[in-house]
Amino acid sequence: MGQEISEFGKVFLFLAVGVIFVVLGFVTSRLIRPHRPYTEKLTTYECGEEPKGSAWVQFNIRFYVVALIFIIFDVEVLFLYPWATIFKQVGGYALAVALVFLGVLTLGLIYEWKKGYINWVVPTPNIPKMPTKKFEKPKSLEKPKVAEPETTA
Amino acid sequence: METVSFILFSFLGALVMVGSIGTVWSRNPVTSALFLVLNFFALGGIYLLLEAQFIAVVQVIVYAGAIMVLFLFTIMLLNLDDEQALKEKFDLQKGFGILLGGVLLVEVLYILGLKINLPQKSTTLTPVEIGEAKNIGRELITNFLFPFEIVSILLLLAVVGAIVLAKKNFSPNT
Amino acid sequence: MTDLLQLPLLLSLTLGERLALMGVVLFVLLTSVAYTVYAERKIAAAIQNRIGPNRVGFDLIPQLGFLKGLAGLGQPIADVLKLLFKEDVVPSASNGFYHLLAPMISLFAALTTIAVVPVAAGLVIADVDIGVLYILAITSLGVYGLTLAGWASNSKYSLLGGLRSSAQMISYEIAMGLSVVSVVVIADSLSMTKIVESQTANPLYWNCFRNFLGFICFVVASFAECNRAPFDLPEAEQELVGGYNTEYGSMKFALFFLAEYANMIVASTVIATLFLGGYQVPFWSDAPWWLQVGAFVTKTLFMMFVFIWVRWTIPRFKYNQLMDLGWRKLLPLALFNLLLIAMGVLIFEA
Repeated sequence: MGQEISEFGKVFLFLAVGVIFVVLGFVTSRLIRPHRPYTEKLTTYECGEEPKGSAWVQFNIRFYVVALIFIIFDVEVLFLYPWATIFKQVGGYALAVALVFLGVLTLGLIYEWKKGYINWVVPTPNIPKMPTKKFEKPKSLEKPKVAEPETTA
Repeated sequence: METVSFILFSFLGALVMVGSIGTVWSRNPVTSALFLVLNFFALGGIYLLLEAQFIAVVQVIVYAGAIMVLFLFTIMLLNLDDEQALKEKFDLQKGFGILLGGVLLVEVLYILGLKINLPQKSTTLTPVEIGEAKNIGRELITNFLFPFEIVSILLLLAVVGAIVLAKKNFSPNT
Repeated sequence: MTDLLQLPLLLSLTLGERLALMGVVLFVLLTSVAYTVYAERKIAAAIQNRIGPNRVGFDLIPQLGFLKGLAGLGQPIADVLKLLFKEDVVPSASNGFYHLLAPMISLFAALTTIAVVPVAAGLVIADVDIGVLYILAITSLGVYGLTLAGWASNSKYSLLGGLRSSAQMISYEIAMGLSVVSVVVIADSLSMTKIVESQTANPLYWNCFRNFLGFICFVVASFAECNRAPFDLPEAEQELVGGYNTEYGSMKFALFFLAEYANMIVASTVIATLFLGGYQVPFWSDAPWWLQVGAFVTKTLFMMFVFIWVRWTIPRFKYNQLMDLGWRKLLPLALFNLLLIAMGVLIFEA
């Protein structure tokens, strides 16, 4: 049993105290609040309309791609932490090691960038064009040309 | 102190078991995923008991914080809530899974039975020392320099792989 | 009385006393959350040339007569009481258990971070050796609260809000992690206390100056992690009603609300610790502990003011702009900054 475990133990103790706070809050609230549910009150909110179907639907794959790329970079960052703690003692050699490591990963970043996978794609809906007709402007409406005032020296 | 760490280990070990069994047994895929998070958390606790604090935290960050988020996304993406839809396809996969699991079991028993010394890079550090981030860093850039740099290439491949896989369903420029 | 001002007294606590201390810390934190809401409403009102909450006071309680005229100060208490008395409506289509679990995860993730932040030299709930990583780990778990809330509610608005927030939080975690790496390079340690000590009592050595780009990256990423404006897309009222907490009310909503503001306070303490010299009193390296606590609280309050100020000044991003900022601006900037810091350390200190 090291020093470190007891430090984490304190964190758990702290968490336990937090749990007590929350549970106390819930119990008090339960005792004093009303409880009168009926079917309509318990429908899902959809701006006053009847809710249309379940919300558990497939969503856009873009979120999934973001999560995939995140994992990769997260691991990269984690590898840098042990490196960062000894950087000062080791010096230039450590910098060279990290440059190679980060260089390879920057290639990945550039690849993604070029392929456009870290762009958040905005859908381009097919909007029908506004019909426009061209009319000639009547001559009478055109501004009469004003002669430029001569500059006086 | 020995007994305290034994009690802690038993508790965490039980949590790991509950997490794993819950992952396999629960009907709702989201519950499954959350049991797996519990499992990873308890595993992190066991690493702490072994004085490997860095690995413990990395375990939580990478597995519980990153990979399981991806799992949750996948579950929601595929709308796996309907368990009926899954049942049909699973016969072949189940057979294959049992086969692979059997091979793994045999492998583990083989290694345990023969007490083979697995090939490993030697480090002069004691298990307690290797738990510290500083020592891990030093080992990474001296003894294990080559694997460390290879990891970057592995991650690069993962980036490319992720994009190729995603490409099937998703093209960014349309 | 002089005994009370000695720090060692605080360090040699029995288990019971330590529990009491934790209770006090939590109580202070949760109350200050309530009053942060009040402060935010007052500051917002000042920025928008309004008056803000000015009705609920303590005039009817004779013992608190000295607070007369400060009407409005009772507002947070009234809010909490109101939420306590509200009926808890759980939509029949939702998943009840996760509906309850989600706000709890959110709040605990917010609260457990504070345990490793040193308030004065040696005055910390748990002095973990890898404090910085611990904070990142807990932050990465906060995603579950919002994702689960969105999913469990089974409402379209909630689901969209939850998804948006989780994608946003993981995107900004990378830039946040990289800027923390640059702090670690300077401090040579993952321990929060050592990071504070490395910044010394000279304000010029604080990381907000030595590591300016990292400071900017971290603050912007913190805004995004806290889901606060200009990054408040998960609960963009105009399009998503309430975002992930659309279907929440009563105590569960109160928990989300607490978590949101607790997150802001905790983020401020972390920024103060990593970049503003933490508990260091300017030009006085061995100041008494109560002065250090004062310095720490002042810095935290300043950062909280910045959080509020930014929220009421800058309009909300669009989602594609937010992703663009995270991946294509902040991430390269943090990488560049790391390189810069590494070179700087080589030149000046190695």
